[in-house]
Amino acid sequence: MRAVIDKEFVSEATWNKIQDLMSRYPDRRSALLQVLHAVQDEKGYLDMEAIKWIAKLFKLPPAEVYSVASFYTMFNLKKVGKYLIQVCTNISCMINGAEDIVRHIEKKLGIKVGETTPDGKFTLITVECLGSCGKAPAMMINKDYYENLTPEKVDAILDSLK
Amino acid sequence: MGEYKLLLANVDKPDSEKLETYRKSGGYERLRKALFEMKPEEIVEEVKKSGLRGRGGAGFPTGLKWSFVPKTDEPKYLVCNADEGEPGTFKDRVIIEKDPHLLLEGIAISAYAIGAHEAFIYIRGEYEYGAQVLERAIKEAEEAGILGPNAMGSGYDIKITVHRGAGAYVCGEETALLNSLEGRRGHPRIRPPFPASKGLYQHPTVINNVETLATVPFIVERGGDWYASLGTEKSKGTKLFSISGHVNKPGVYELELGTPFEELIYEIAGGIREGRKLKAVIPGGSSTPMLTADEIKGVKLDYESLQAAGSMLGSGAVIVMDETTCIVKAVYRMAKFYAHESCGQCTPCREGTRWMVQILSRIVNGKGRMEDLDVLLDMKNIMGGNCLCPLGDAALGPLISGITKFRDEFVEHIKTGRCPLGG
Repeated sequence: MRAVIDKEFVSEATWNKIQDLMSRYPDRRSALLQVLHAVQDEKGYLDMEAIKWIAKLFKLPPAEVYSVASFYTMFNLKKVGKYLIQVCTNISCMINGAEDIVRHIEKKLGIKVGETTPDGKFTLITVECLGSCGKAPAMMINKDYYENLTPEKVDAILDSLK
Repeated sequence: MGEYKLLLANVDKPDSEKLETYRKSGGYERLRKALFEMKPEEIVEEVKKSGLRGRGGAGFPTGLKWSFVPKTDEPKYLVCNADEGEPGTFKDRVIIEKDPHLLLEGIAISAYAIGAHEAFIYIRGEYEYGAQVLERAIKEAEEAGILGPNAMGSGYDIKITVHRGAGAYVCGEETALLNSLEGRRGHPRIRPPFPASKGLYQHPTVINNVETLATVPFIVERGGDWYASLGTEKSKGTKLFSISGHVNKPGVYELELGTPFEELIYEIAGGIREGRKLKAVIPGGSSTPMLTADEIKGVKLDYESLQAAGSMLGSGAVIVMDETTCIVKAVYRMAKFYAHESCGQCTPCREGTRWMVQILSRIVNGKGRMEDLDVLLDMKNIMGGNCLCPLGDAALGPLISGITKFRDEFVEHIKTGRCPLGG
């Protein structure tokens, strides 16, 4: 029996992007990570509904897709805030004050690492090396890099996010 | 010796990422030369002559790696490893973002040399901007007829696809990378078979680092002998160094191999901040054993000198730590990284890295015991060489060197229950 895909699960733009991604490889399974990215870009995170939908698309068991998605830290399997703050605390950032940056954000937002503000605006996590060691300490908010951080700079960045 | 701009020659130009800028400085003429004037095996020969070694960290001779690809008719693949994730490393990012066409030209020439018509750039997920720059550059080059079917009118097809990772350090290991590129969990594969015979989709595959591939156009242009005239007897050419930590001018510098370590730290990178004293240096990314301030004296930045000094050139990621740095905490942080990134496939690595974190956490929190140090040092026998991929061994680099070289600091943490540096 042919599985019927509900195209409406994603926007038309995302659907078209997915079609393009799935045509790029000699074996379409290769597009799995790219499709996970594309769906997450639209939805913010990948819940079981999204995992099942992607599984259907690739004709794979949902457990298989979940096992892949859960291997990679960039895939959010739980809801995250509108802004996902990812502070690097690896060695070069650590010796340049990353822990102070984390503490400052925790205090400012009133949440601990791993938590989301009650209004759903910010989620704070710490991450491994972002490749910004020359401009440490560094963080990403969603997909944007912010480097050479100071508590004052962090205040200005967070205050500018609506 | 000292700074030598080959790979970084274009990066400071305005609009350096555009095709037009790249072509003005002879861009893609090396690809033309390769496609029209050279046989694939001649390119392999020049790369062998050049002495170029893999710049991702392992330092395997590039020409030799290419020569392992069987001369069969089956599909072959070239994969560019742009999964730059070794803590302290940020060199490939500069080429990707500022001179993407240099990388594409290197990929195209290398693909032709090994008989591949399809190449993939596996770029770490966080480098989304870099992935966009590369995709735009591929589009530009395809529209200009440089890449794609019948590249430059040569009759040779070259397709390059950008593939984004999703935050897993282990995917920088080439067989884990292949699994990830096939849409699976990034678990390293058992070798043999090696990727050169059975790699992507079980076909012959060569995986090279960004910096390695970006060097190839210069070897084609000026010859392997010319490239080999740079550097030292055993370490040929130039290398990108990403220097970070407590220096005045952190950043990416291109040096002729064999440049004195002290010249990089004290002159090129401007010395230690606030006039402090140097304590330790990690020379080639977090997995390379750290060296003390005394140990780097007179040492040169090349494969053989760093090996003789008890460490490795690795990816060229120099992490500089001044006298205020708590080595116990630094080692603990790096152990946490390896525990987080262990894929969980091999027991010694999965459990070993977790033990390391638990024991080090105890010491950092003032609850350490003297026998902990022996247990930690014994990890070398438990994990060393007992895993499918180098991650387990990598985790030992900072641990063993840190405890051996700064044992007093660990002892003081254990005896007094606190950090002597107030950390």
